[in-house]
Amino acid sequence: MAADEVKVLGSWSSPFVLRARIALNIKCVEYEFLEETFVSKSDLLLKSNPVYKKFPVFIHGGRPICESLIIVQYVDEVWASGPAILPSDPYDRANARFWATYIDDKWHPSVRAILMADGEEAKKAAALEEANKGLALLEDTFRKCSKGQKFFGGDKIGYLDIALGGFLVWVRVIQILRNVSLIDESKTPNLLKWAQHFSDDAAVKDVLPETQRLLEFAKFYVAKVKATGNN
Amino acid sequence: MGEELKLFRTWSSRYALRVVHALKIKDLEYETIFEDIKNKSTSLLEYNPIHKKVPVLVHNGKPICESLVILEYIDEIWKQSPLLPQDPYEKAMARFWAKFGDDKVMPSIWSVFISQRKDQEEAIAQAAGNLKFLEEQLTGKKFFGGETIGYLDIAFGWVANLISILEEIADLKLVDAEIFPLLSAWMNNFSDHPVINECWPPRDKMVEKFKAMREPYVEKVA
Repeated sequence: MAADEVKVLGSWSSPFVLRARIALNIKCVEYEFLEETFVSKSDLLLKSNPVYKKFPVFIHGGRPICESLIIVQYVDEVWASGPAILPSDPYDRANARFWATYIDDKWHPSVRAILMADGEEAKKAAALEEANKGLALLEDTFRKCSKGQKFFGGDKIGYLDIALGGFLVWVRVIQILRNVSLIDESKTPNLLKWAQHFSDDAAVKDVLPETQRLLEFAKFYVAKVKATGNN
Repeated sequence: MGEELKLFRTWSSRYALRVVHALKIKDLEYETIFEDIKNKSTSLLEYNPIHKKVPVLVHNGKPICESLVILEYIDEIWKQSPLLPQDPYEKAMARFWAKFGDDKVMPSIWSVFISQRKDQEEAIAQAAGNLKFLEEQLTGKKFFGGETIGYLDIAFGWVANLISILEEIADLKLVDAEIFPLLSAWMNNFSDHPVINECWPPRDKMVEKFKAMREPYVEKVA
């Protein structure tokens, strides 16, 4: 592989893979997208990510990097001449990292729990309450970070936009599939507007999965996960 | 210079200890506020309303939470004795392994500590597999950071301090010097470092604390 060759291993449906692709698009970096499936993982994936055996795997000049937020930060640092992804101020950076960690460690598990609560109303209700609490915090964070502009990053997409935005279509799909409301006009009016701006952004719109296609995939995914007993 | 630094911590928190080590390496002065977890101060709850936990670093009145986020913040503001590597790839690796330590290694060690018999055997196998990754990362290096202590050494500080305490209480050996020679050497080198060994919490208090934490899990066995 050439010293500057970039590959991304992953699936069109993964919110984590999406983060890596959006970061590369922001920096206008060309890359090869190697599609993986959930059913069987390629040798390259297993060799490149022996610890977790998951995607995304980002390979730059033959060297693999794993974990989506780590990949996004790497992309920001290597292609430093492109539009900045993390804020320049250290305190704002710390804030962005804090909330991105919150999204992955606290908010995402509750959203996933809603998805997996197929027919289990009590579980779904509990998970929904947690997810909505998180969204209320993120709505508040958006107001503080955006300072009246379109994105968490201000007038352009930044780290926190990518962290949350990766999940956007999954949020839409889960709302339809489980008949719940997550991002809406009454509870999270700013996030609702943000969602539209994010989806329309040049770095995002061509890689965002189509809602209908993801909806069909989600049904298959839930069934598969339950069949393997791997909730 | 007008810089005001405060650290909210408990006497035993391994996460707060990371920040203590980082501040010491950078030779920074700060005020320590010790928290009682059962009776958290209004200040802590104001500074960390989301998680209500230590550590919180307050710099000129602005709070930063989550120990690994705090380490990066400290490294970005104070450039002396860099913690993270300069090279973006090495930086990414340091971040990856620090996260692995928190997400996988620590929980697997804890499982060994609180489980019994067959469950414990399985937990030991799992923990050993995780520790093997750490052993590999030390190939050709004295510290995870190379010749000097860095971000990843600080992130793994709990391995050097806590594991031997848990081993003593549970009466088992997880980090055997024959199976993990590099990791064992690292634990000694890290602990012996002057910046580090002054800051360890009192061992007898730690043994007492973790013995008490283990009790509910041991009592169930007749």
